Amino acid sequence: MKKDMICISCPLGCRISAEWENENEITVTGNKCPRGIVYGREEILSPKRVVTATININSSWISRIPVMTTGTIPKGQIDSLLNKIYRMDLDIPILRDDIIIKNIDNTGIDLIATRSVKT
Amino acid sequence: MNEKIFDVAIIGAGVVGASIARKLSSYNLKVALLEKECDVSFGVSKANSGIIHGGFHHGSEYLKSKLEVQGNRMFDQLEQELHFPFKRCGIIVAAFSIEEMKTVEQLYMNGISNKVVGIEMCNQRRMLALEPKLNTDVVGGLYAPAGGIIEPYRFVFSLVESALKNGVELFTNFKVVASAENSGIYEVTSEMGNTIFSKWIVNSSGLFADEISTIFNAEKFEITPRKGEEFLLDRNSAARTDHVVFPVPDSVSKGILVIPTVEGTTMLGPTAIPQKSKEDVSTTSINLDMVFSSARRMVPSISQRDIITSFTGLRPVLKGGDFYIDISSKQPHFIQVAGIQSPGLTAVPAIAEYVKDLLKKDGLILIEKSSYEPSIEKVPRMRTLPPEEADLLIEKDPAYGEIVCRCESVSEAEIIAAVKHGHTTLDGIKFYTRAQMGRCQGGFCTDRIIKIIQRETGLSYEEITKRGKNSWLIKDRIGELKVNSYRGIQ
Amino acid sequence: MKEFKFDTLVIGGGSAGMAAALEVSKRGFSVAVAERENSMGGILNQCIHNGFGLHHFKEELSGPAYAEKFIDMVETSNIEVFIDMTVMDIEEAGDLKYVYGLSRITGMIKFSVKTVVFANGCRERNRGSIGTPGTRPSGVFTAGLAQRLVNMEGYIPGKECVIVGSGDIGLIMARRMTWIGAEVKAVIEIQPYPAGLTRNIVQCLNDFDIPLYLSHVVGDIHGKDRVESIDVIPMENGIQQKDKSFNIKCDSLLLAVGLVPDNELAQKIGISISPETNGPIVDRQLMTAKNGIFACGNVLHVHDLVDFVTEESERCGNYVADYLDKKTPSDQFRTLPGKNVKYIVPNFYSPSEENKFYLRTMIVKNRAELIASVNGKEIFNKVLKHIQPSEMISFDIPKDSVHISDCTENTLEVRIV
Repeated sequence: MKKDMICISCPLGCRISAEWENENEITVTGNKCPRGIVYGREEILSPKRVVTATININSSWISRIPVMTTGTIPKGQIDSLLNKIYRMDLDIPILRDDIIIKNIDNTGIDLIATRSVKT
Repeated sequence: MNEKIFDVAIIGAGVVGASIARKLSSYNLKVALLEKECDVSFGVSKANSGIIHGGFHHGSEYLKSKLEVQGNRMFDQLEQELHFPFKRCGIIVAAFSIEEMKTVEQLYMNGISNKVVGIEMCNQRRMLALEPKLNTDVVGGLYAPAGGIIEPYRFVFSLVESALKNGVELFTNFKVVASAENSGIYEVTSEMGNTIFSKWIVNSSGLFADEISTIFNAEKFEITPRKGEEFLLDRNSAARTDHVVFPVPDSVSKGILVIPTVEGTTMLGPTAIPQKSKEDVSTTSINLDMVFSSARRMVPSISQRDIITSFTGLRPVLKGGDFYIDISSKQPHFIQVAGIQSPGLTAVPAIAEYVKDLLKKDGLILIEKSSYEPSIEKVPRMRTLPPEEADLLIEKDPAYGEIVCRCESVSEAEIIAAVKHGHTTLDGIKFYTRAQMGRCQGGFCTDRIIKIIQRETGLSYEEITKRGKNSWLIKDRIGELKVNSYRGIQ
Repeated sequence: MKEFKFDTLVIGGGSAGMAAALEVSKRGFSVAVAERENSMGGILNQCIHNGFGLHHFKEELSGPAYAEKFIDMVETSNIEVFIDMTVMDIEEAGDLKYVYGLSRITGMIKFSVKTVVFANGCRERNRGSIGTPGTRPSGVFTAGLAQRLVNMEGYIPGKECVIVGSGDIGLIMARRMTWIGAEVKAVIEIQPYPAGLTRNIVQCLNDFDIPLYLSHVVGDIHGKDRVESIDVIPMENGIQQKDKSFNIKCDSLLLAVGLVPDNELAQKIGISISPETNGPIVDRQLMTAKNGIFACGNVLHVHDLVDFVTEESERCGNYVADYLDKKTPSDQFRTLPGKNVKYIVPNFYSPSEENKFYLRTMIVKNRAELIASVNGKEIFNKVLKHIQPSEMISFDIPKDSVHISDCTENTLEVRIV
């Protein structure tokens, strides 16, 4: 099996190909850095994405606090993460990089604030 | 249900209805002003070109010429009382051939017979001295120094504010759908089932005057909308002229004008295309080139790069082309004020006097109100204030220190004033304050205006609209829709 | 009216203004920043997606995080920040400039300064600028306004939307709308190729099967009160094929149709504006035609990466400090966009210094060559792997590459072949 794709690990956007007989032996070509190999394998096995979003915050000057995952998480878990955090209400103070959700669904990835809201 | 019996109910709160309402508010009368939209001036008057005409386009045989010349002279007094943007910048008509000069001569004779003061035939040199941005191919033209420009919707808002201050009652979202007459009292019903009672009816319903006349079993006539598209150019446009520049008119319309608006932008238009629909105010791409080539023939430096927006207005045209202002011969106590197209805005102060006289002739007793107060309060505009005055104003009211609309320098205090005067939609606020009217067209300030409306009115975000009815802005907040973005991926 | 004296007033506290102010301050001069919003950071605050800072910080940050790193630096510096302040007017008074800014808290302030830096960014092109015909219902938003409503206020501006423009802003908004539960029916692009990064095509459109219509334009907008549908018209050889148009039902239209530097104040005081960039014409020191008035960031020309804004603005800050130090700049000559180049910034260069340039091309090409020449003689070239109009190109011409001659114009022309 063969799949052509575009690596999204960085803005360069390398055109890469993944070839495999079985899911344990995937060969990636066309990549210009090691991240391309990881990306190509993951796109076949379990495609992952970084998620950014906002959450309600009880602050005097801002309504939403921006958040981001510390790494990629499987696409299949993104919708449930979003539906979950959209129901949350956070209280001040929160500092940038504060962990909002630790180890999202056992992915080893955290959800962190990307802005400080102190008041 | 409102059991009160009004003396006069005016149908339509455009510039005509508003002027009549204000005029009548100076007498001891109970006056109702009925408007089908959610705010006043939201029909024909919203997209008016804002020209105070010079009294030379039509001969003295027309009622509209007489009222135009009379109305023109009344604007200085009105401005003093009502503080709407107004400038007598003068009008010029530019001719580009000997043929066209013949028409200019006719216009000049019209002006003379209409007793217009200061009107002047010009040669090429005089034209270029008056308006250096004109195409040098101009051969001559006409100069009418008494012509000018206003902001039409601000004029209507001020008229209504003044009328309300003097006791007129305004009913918005009141689309008249039925009437019944009972021993000299009209019962007027709205689409939403509300009712008012009145002894006299004034039909000043613009595009819908024919339909209203039918509802009241009065005269049959037909209003044909004539579409006018306009293009608005940025404040910084190099093509801004000092005068309103007209081409030589043809039999259908006054042609494509170059209008230096009172507030500093430049407007090109209007087109003149008859159409069936009274609702269709869509713009088209084909007219853009026509408008620009016509305008550029007069002022060559006009550039499409400077367009910030375009919009369409509909003129309520009646067969014969004159105004129809008269006591109905079919229904008692019913005054028709129909077919008020150009120069309606100019004529409107005189129309109000004329209608007042008709009502008197028809038996309405007019007693001047001792408490009548012709002036309204002036809302300061930050954009025009010198720094020292701005500083003092902010000290008095800090909301003047918050500039919400950066393109037109509109402060929060001005927006609050708009809301307090009942303009609670985005368009209402736009026409009252100019916020969202500049080059970014609301890109930067819409969210802030939504917040101010919410705070000042207690409305929730779902209730805030662009211009009433179904023109909602936001229905949901994040979290109210279930996210199902990666369909099929488990 | 209060009066304050500073060496420099920076107008705008976004990425450009903060970077410029920090450099001026580091060189020991007094600096004030006038910021219109209630916090610094500018447009970054609403760009909550990741992808910022790869060049400058070597890590991938969200917009607010990138901004906050600079805000932290400004807050620990001697820079005086005036938030919620709108600059209304500038006057020149000999070597000084009077800048009038107002806010709710301070009232009108008269800043008496030696230098001014325009760093007040750009605005979005809108429906009027692209002349979309049809009715004028509610539901037509610029992408930036929609982004602010979503990311700052938590609103959903429409459940079924169509996006016009496939630049990164349009693509990012397609994903954002999808991630808040709305449906993106289509992205419409007038050009035959997507304007945004391929990476964004993949993760913002392909991930959600959002159709991208290349070589298509929006025809009429339908709906009296609220958008009900739009017509989409295919283009063939630059001509609209109206007979092949089709209709898409939607309740909102997001316009991501380009940005324009916001230069009203500059124009008001007679600073000449380049018709190519819509920003002021500047010399090698990023100084406008008015002595002591500088410009950097998106008000100078629209950038696509904030990292480049930071780089340009830090340089600008140092040029301002040089000016305040009364360092005489070396002789300068014009730069000129040549074949296939839309614009080049700055508009002047100095042969005896290193010169850094930003330019935009008008063509799409793989393996293009950038060639700079003076008096017809090639002095510099660079091979570019892939070029397209939406991606800014930067290059440096080293010091003393040019041997100028006294008898000619010494204009530096840059072309792409």
